[in-house]
Amino acid sequence: MKRLPLVMVLAAVTAHAQANAPAGRTTPPTLGPPPKISLPPIHERNLPNGMRLLVVERHEIPLVDAVLVLGAGPEADPAAKSGVATLVASMLTRGTPTRSAADIAAQTATLGASLDAGSSWDHTVVSLHVPTATLDSAWSLFADLVLHSTFPDSEFARVKRERLTDLVELSDRAPEVADRALATILFGPDHPYGRPSLGSEQSVNAITTNDIRGFYDATFSAGNATLIVVGDVTVDGVAAKAKELFGGWKRGSANADPVPRPSSPPAAATTIYVIDKHDAPQSSIRLGSVAVARSTPDYFPIDVMNTILGGAFTSRLNENLRETHAYTYGAFSGFGMRRFPGPFLAEAEVVATKTDSSLLQFMHELNAIRDTVPMAELRKAKRYLELQLPGELETSRDIAGQLVPVAVYHLPLDFYNTYQAHIAAVTRADVQRVARAYVDPTHVVIVVVGDRAAIEAPLRATHVGPVQDRNLDGLPTAQ
Amino acid sequence: MRTVVAALAALCTTAGAQVPRLAIERYTLPNGLTVVLQPDHSAPVVAVRIEYHVGSADERPGRTGFAHLFEHIMFMGSEHVPLGHFDQWLEQAGANNNAYTTHDVTSFYEWMPSNALPLALWLDADRMGWLLPTMTLARVDVQRDVVKNERRQRIDNAPYGRANETILAALYPSADPYSWSVIGSMTDLSAASLGDVQTFFKTYYAPNNATLVVVGDFAPDSAKHWIAADFGSIPRGSVVPTRPTVAPFTLAHDTTLTLQDRVQLPRVYYAWHGVKVYSPDDAALDLLAYILAGDNASRLYTTLVHDRQLAQDVGAQNQDFRLEGLFTIVVTPKPNISTNAVDTVLQAELSRVVDGGVTDAELTRARNVQRTAMLDRLAGVTERSDQLAYYDYVVGTPDYVSQDLERYEHVTLADIQRVARTYIGAHKVVLTVVPQT
Repeated sequence: MKRLPLVMVLAAVTAHAQANAPAGRTTPPTLGPPPKISLPPIHERNLPNGMRLLVVERHEIPLVDAVLVLGAGPEADPAAKSGVATLVASMLTRGTPTRSAADIAAQTATLGASLDAGSSWDHTVVSLHVPTATLDSAWSLFADLVLHSTFPDSEFARVKRERLTDLVELSDRAPEVADRALATILFGPDHPYGRPSLGSEQSVNAITTNDIRGFYDATFSAGNATLIVVGDVTVDGVAAKAKELFGGWKRGSANADPVPRPSSPPAAATTIYVIDKHDAPQSSIRLGSVAVARSTPDYFPIDVMNTILGGAFTSRLNENLRETHAYTYGAFSGFGMRRFPGPFLAEAEVVATKTDSSLLQFMHELNAIRDTVPMAELRKAKRYLELQLPGELETSRDIAGQLVPVAVYHLPLDFYNTYQAHIAAVTRADVQRVARAYVDPTHVVIVVVGDRAAIEAPLRATHVGPVQDRNLDGLPTAQ
Repeated sequence: MRTVVAALAALCTTAGAQVPRLAIERYTLPNGLTVVLQPDHSAPVVAVRIEYHVGSADERPGRTGFAHLFEHIMFMGSEHVPLGHFDQWLEQAGANNNAYTTHDVTSFYEWMPSNALPLALWLDADRMGWLLPTMTLARVDVQRDVVKNERRQRIDNAPYGRANETILAALYPSADPYSWSVIGSMTDLSAASLGDVQTFFKTYYAPNNATLVVVGDFAPDSAKHWIAADFGSIPRGSVVPTRPTVAPFTLAHDTTLTLQDRVQLPRVYYAWHGVKVYSPDDAALDLLAYILAGDNASRLYTTLVHDRQLAQDVGAQNQDFRLEGLFTIVVTPKPNISTNAVDTVLQAELSRVVDGGVTDAELTRARNVQRTAMLDRLAGVTERSDQLAYYDYVVGTPDYVSQDLERYEHVTLADIQRVARTYIGAHKVVLTVVPQT
């Protein structure tokens, strides 16, 4: 909370022609009860081959969003071939027996549609966004990519070269260098989350179309797929269409656990890793530790605790580093909850001359959140989470996106309808318990990407932890 | 959008996406505040937006970036809202908020569960009517430093970040108010005084220089009552803002510039003088940009990226401001490919469009993508309020969705070829960002 010296407030200029506040309008209005949350019903259907359908009807606007969710992602990449899953996603719009890459692009646009594939740690998605008027043709195109992608060698050579160039360009962007290095250092090369999902120059060069087909064959099957459809459709219409398009799709192997559970690396004593970006006017600061999987029973207490610490605009980190000290344009924290325990992460881009001061404020807040949280602050965070929910479920695209984790992590279909009650049940003791369990300032990996010559000595002087140099990949620099 | 029932919906007759007509009410308060209401009860959410008719094109030399800095200052408390409480009260009600500044407008918006509407209106009224009594240099200084960090994050510490401001300065005459960037210069941000804040507020942040838009789940009678009570007593501005003007100009020759940056690959920016928003050639230029580089079957992508593999990426954009425009093509050569090699192929492709035009299939595709993009802008209450507010400022009515879309329906193949010849056949600015030596 910012506090101004009293003299400043008294010196405020009041000379302009002011409006007179009408009586009774000098305090904020009292609000009526918030609207009841009721997500339109989610209809579940299952095809005989094991494919699951989740359908929500929304007829207000003539658009449809469909997302096919498959239960594997970069987590399943072979250790020396990180990048396979994300390359499969890139290749999915690059050819079928009847359509070239250019055909796919041209037909998608002609339908006024967008068609994308992406892969994120523990899942892969193929997404269609289309006007109702051209939905039927778009379904054919969508199914063709999902069922019949051919991964032509000539296209793979292009995509691979593009990816290698992406990796060159990525190292120009300090925030992404910091993100990637933090994961590498935090999880290490023996853990899938320690290997970059886009791959490295070495791993991408090692990947062949056989690897692409191998991931596709293992992952793309009815028994491993949920099709989410939201928008101007009917449940029966979607079910019939899914049966027509995907009814003959192979079930695939019972793929409940595509990746063996990796052991989390032991937490090491807090250390600062500096990556040089010569003359950078800002430093990218990241603080991380290994936290929880999406299946954690502490999901709701963590949600509330993180909202107090760094999940919203008025959270402590942003109030401190931005609104009080003006070291940054924004400071935030979050928990990457995945199939296996993912990272707790706090981050900001800070002005280079205040890199050390910013780190000290981060450490202050990571310590302070372990203390008892004032009731008013707890109430604000809980109300924020409970009441902003309708805005998260507004459009068809919003709802389809919110159903992806429901599919990936097998959440109950009433997850959003019971969300508010779960948040309401979180107590001050819960918040303190999860803060102490998952935010430990004595065991965090700190990555700072910035002008080493200017920031390294001040960082050492903070005595937050020993300082080590790392290269752009987060690996020890050659001596 | 959500209010559409069969009786209300007047559907576009052309093939593809159907765009519903919105039920909109517009009126003006005695103090000059324009109010636009668009009730829609399909989800229990509402968006409030106040668009002030001021942007970086209204700034004076020596104070570039001030309109955007002022946007930040509007969050630093007002007479009845202690510092920090604007955001805290909104979050406690489940509301999110943000704002943005462009060359033309400064737009403030909140989106929230429907019961929080009176709070958002009250907070927005307080900062419109009662900002200055509690404003201090210390509060300005905090946001000045935050904005400098925003500039560092978006421009100075971002690869290719300074390209945009370099192009604007090279393309437009120095007296043209679109010749500087919205974020402004560090020197000018440092120079902004409390006096500037007071003058700017009195000039531009008056009810008669703003449009208030409410979209979503609310009762119009209640909203009108709250709006009258909260905003009605704010006096009309005593200073009439001077609107920016631009003089017509033509580039007399090509300008070639080089900018060093901490990047590994060069990137080439081509910029031509374009047209203002909603002017006769604007829609054709939008479609031309899509046909050139909008998807993976587009002209430049096919040749430069896919077939010849000379470029990592290519983009084209028609930027249409209220009084000015520019048309840009941006291309990143692949490693070890020269900018000259890319330029030769790119110029040949552009000549092919200028000389031979485009196909009906290409035009249809570009148009269909535009139509879906319009549906997307209407799908959520926040985006819809943005569209309605902008229409209201630029064309004088929020009810412009159909006319906006019709512009694209009327574009012919001959139009595409003509605008290609007229605009990208003219002189240009070519900026090459190169790795620092």
